[in-house]
Amino acid sequence: MNAPALREIDVKDDLDSRVPDGPIQTKWERHRFDMKLVNPANKRKYTIIVVGTGLAGGSAAASLGELGYNVLNFCTHDSPRRAHSVAAQGGINAAKNYTNDGDSIWRLFYDTIKGGDFRAREANVHRLAEMSVSIIDQCVAQGVPFAREYGGLLANRSFGGAQVSRTFYARGQTGQQLLLGAYGSLMRQVNAGRVKLFPRREMLDLVVVDGHARGIICRNLVDGKIERYAADAVVVATGGYSTAYFLSTNAVNSNATAIWRCHKRGAYFANPCFMQIHPTCIPQLGEGQSKLTLMSESLRNDGRIWVPTVPDDARIPRDIPEAERDYFLERIYPAFGNLVPRDVASRAAKRICDEGQGVGLTKRAVYLDFSDAIGRLGEATVRERYGNLFDMYHEITAENPYRTPMQIYPAPHYTMGGLWVDYNLMSTIPGLHVIGEANFSDHGANRLGASALMQGLCDGYFVLPYTIGNYLAGVAPGKIGTDHPAFAGAEGDVNRQVAKLLSMKGKRTARELHWQLGRVLWDQCGMERSGAGLLATIEKIRELRAEFWTNVRVEGSAEDLNQSLEYAGRVADYFELGELIALDALSRDESCGCHLRVEHQSPEGEPIRDDEDFAYVAAWEWKGEGARPGLHREKLVFDNVHLAVRNYK
Amino acid sequence: MSDQHGTRSYHLQVWRQARGASSGRMASYEVTGIDQNMSFLEMFDQLNETLLRKGEDPVAIDSDCREGICGTCGVCIDGRPHGPLPNITTCSLRMREFPDGSTIVVEPFRADAFPVLKDLIVDRSAFDRIVMKGGYISINAGSAPEANAAPVPKDAADAAMDSAACIGCGACVAACPNAAAALFASARVRYLSLLPQGQPERTARVMGMVEQMDAEGFGHCSNHGECEAACPKSISIENIAKMRREYLRASLRAG
Repeated sequence: MNAPALREIDVKDDLDSRVPDGPIQTKWERHRFDMKLVNPANKRKYTIIVVGTGLAGGSAAASLGELGYNVLNFCTHDSPRRAHSVAAQGGINAAKNYTNDGDSIWRLFYDTIKGGDFRAREANVHRLAEMSVSIIDQCVAQGVPFAREYGGLLANRSFGGAQVSRTFYARGQTGQQLLLGAYGSLMRQVNAGRVKLFPRREMLDLVVVDGHARGIICRNLVDGKIERYAADAVVVATGGYSTAYFLSTNAVNSNATAIWRCHKRGAYFANPCFMQIHPTCIPQLGEGQSKLTLMSESLRNDGRIWVPTVPDDARIPRDIPEAERDYFLERIYPAFGNLVPRDVASRAAKRICDEGQGVGLTKRAVYLDFSDAIGRLGEATVRERYGNLFDMYHEITAENPYRTPMQIYPAPHYTMGGLWVDYNLMSTIPGLHVIGEANFSDHGANRLGASALMQGLCDGYFVLPYTIGNYLAGVAPGKIGTDHPAFAGAEGDVNRQVAKLLSMKGKRTARELHWQLGRVLWDQCGMERSGAGLLATIEKIRELRAEFWTNVRVEGSAEDLNQSLEYAGRVADYFELGELIALDALSRDESCGCHLRVEHQSPEGEPIRDDEDFAYVAAWEWKGEGARPGLHREKLVFDNVHLAVRNYK
Repeated sequence: MSDQHGTRSYHLQVWRQARGASSGRMASYEVTGIDQNMSFLEMFDQLNETLLRKGEDPVAIDSDCREGICGTCGVCIDGRPHGPLPNITTCSLRMREFPDGSTIVVEPFRADAFPVLKDLIVDRSAFDRIVMKGGYISINAGSAPEANAAPVPKDAADAAMDSAACIGCGACVAACPNAAAALFASARVRYLSLLPQGQPERTARVMGMVEQMDAEGFGHCSNHGECEAACPKSISIENIAKMRREYLRASLRAG
C-alpha cells in the first residue's frame, strides 16, 4: 500500500464470515441443525421486505411466502417477470452427473473455486455445488421446459470450457424460462395473499433502527410519491452494477442504487473491482449506442478470431490473404487457441485494438470468422449450431456472417463484487440480507459460465429461507413502524436529493456525464489496470462527479412519472461507486481472475497472482462524503483446494 | 457495421399525455443526425437528450433489456405494434428500416385494459393478474421429486417451449381489433397443459385465467389473427384453439 491514496486507509482484519466448523461436506447440514427456527405459527407475524424480482429476489419472495411469512416484494419494472435475469442465454450448471462423465459436487466446487482464481470462500461455494442438484429438481417440478433427449430425460451440454457436460438449458432462453418458473411461484403466493407486490417502485434508501435494517424508502415511479415500508428484515436482490460502465450487456434500467444506498447506511462493499468482461459482444456501432448485445461464447468453438496485420487495412475481409492476417489467439496461445478463457480472450482483443489493429467503424472490434468452419462442416451444420446467433447478428448489424466475418468486441457483463455477506447471506448490517449478483458471492475474481443463474436460485430457494429464520428467531416481530423517526430521517435525505437534482438546471445531461464516466472506467478499470492509471482515474471521476453536482440538468417534476429524474439519481451513485471501484483496483496490487494489473504479469503477459498478500476479500466501509473508506479484510483459507496457477499456454 | 456514414432525419408524430387522467395529443418533432444503425429506442434517446437540453419534458417510453427478451418495450409505429418488421420487438428495430425524411407515427399500445400512465407507457399489470389466477404449477420449494423421475417426451417438451417463449409484451392485445388477451393467456395455458407436471391443476387453471381475462376488460377473440402477425416471438394462434378446447373440457368437468 504505497500509493498516497492508499496510505491513509484504515485497514482491519475484523470480519467474521460465520462459516461453521467441521468438514466442508457437512458444514451446511450441521449449520441447518444449529440455526434457530421460527415457530410455524409465528411466521405470519414477521414481515420481510424483498427488493428485486429476478432469479434471486423472485425465488426468495416466493419461498418465504410459502413458509408463511408476510412478504413485501418490490421491483422497478412494471412486472416481476422482466428482471434482467430474463436475458441469460446459455444455461444453468448442476452436479447431476446425468451424462456419466465424472461430474460430482466436489468437481463443481473445485471448478468454481479454481475458476474464481482462489478469491471465493470455500464453504459458500461447496454449499452452492450441493444445492445445484435441488435447483434442477425444483425448476423441473415448476414446469421449466428444459431441453430433453428423445427418451424424455433432461439434456446437458458442456459450456464455457468445462470438461464435463453439466449445463441444463432451454434453447437460448434459459434465464427467461427459469425466471418465469420463479415468477409463477411468486404469483401463486401473491394470489394466496402472502406476498404483496409493489411494481414500479425504486428503493432509494435503507432504514436502519438501532443498528438493524428495519425498512426501506421507495419512490413510486408512477406518481413520484416517496413511500415508507417497515419490516423485521430486508432482503436486497437488485443485481449487479456493470451499468456504471455505461455500455454493458446489462439492461438499461439495471443500476446500483439500492446496494449503494445500503452501503452508505453501513453495509460493506466487497471486491468492487471484480467485474467480468465478456469477449463475444457485438461492437459499438455509433456514439448513440445505449447498450451492447452479448452473443453466446459458444461461437468461439468454431469461429477463428483475427485482425489484419496492417492497421487500417481498407480491404474487405475476404480479400485479405492468409499471410496478412494475424490469428492472434492461436498465435499467442497455441494450446487453447480461440478457446482460452473469457478474460484472456477479452484482454488480447482489447490489447490488439489499443495497438491500432482493430477493425470496423470504431476500430474497436476484431473479426470472428466462420469461413473455415463452413468449408469444413458445410453451411447447414454451422446454421444448425449457431443459426439463431447469426440471425441476431444480422438483425443488429445488417451483415451476413455466413458471407463476411462477424465483428466482436468485449463488454462489461457481470460483477462478481457486491455487498459483503457472511455465510448466512447477511450483510454487516444485521437484518439486511443480500442475495444473487448483488452480493459479492461465490464467484471470486471470475465467474464460470452458467453459474450466475445457479447462484441466484440457490440463494433464493435454498439458502436464505433457512438463514433468515435464524435472524428472525432473535427478533420480536412488528416492533418498528413507519412512524419511527429513522423513517422520517431517511425520507428527508431522499427528498433533499430529489430536490437538488431538479433544482440545478445546468448544461449537461446525466447521460453525457454517465457516458464520460463509463469511458474512464472502461479504459482504466476494465480488463487491464495500472497503478498510475488508477490514481489518475480517481481524480478524473471526482472531477466528473463535481461537475454532475453543479451542472446537471433534470427536467420535469418530482410528483410525476419522470424517467430523467430516475436516471439522474442512478448516475449520481455511479460516480461514488466508480471511485470505489478504482480505489479497490488500486489497493489490489496483484493480478487475479478478470483483474490484470500490468505491474504483475509474466514476460508473456500472463497474470501473476499474489496469494501471500492478497488472498482476502476486500470489504469497504463508507465513512462519509469525501472521507477515505475503511478497508476490512476477510482472509481466505483454502483447506480443500490447493492454490494453483492457471496456465493456458 | 455498414461503412456508410450518412445520417438521416425524420419527422416524428408522438403521442404525449401528461398522466393517465389527462387527455393526450399528437406532438411533432424533427430528429436529425440519426445513424442508420441506431435502434428505434436509441433514436428516442437522442430525441430526449435534445428535449432535455432545450428544457422540455422528455418523452416517457419504456424499455429495459434492449435485446428483445424482457418484454418491457412496445409502442405502435405507424399503426403496427413493434413496427413494420415481423417478429421483432421495438428495441430490435433499426433505423435503417425507415427511409431518410420519412414521417413516423408513434403511439402507445392501446387497449382499455392497458391504461396509459404517461406518453407511450401503459399499465400492463392485468397480465400479471391473469397469471396469478393459475398460470403456474403449485410446488413449494423443497418438495420437488428428482428431476429425471418423470420423463417428458421430447416433442411435448419442444411444443411446450414454443408456447413458453411468450415475453408478455402485450403486442397481441394492441394488434387485436377486440383488444383480446387470448394469445397471451393461451400460450401459458397450452404450455402447462402439455407437461405431466401441469395435469393436476389443468381444469382450475384455464377456468381461473379465462375468468380473469374477462374481468380485466379484455375483449373476446374472434379469429382475426392480427395477434400472431404482431407477436415478436411468433406465438401461434393454434394456442388459442387449444385454450378453447381446454376451457370446454374444464367447463364440462366443472358441470
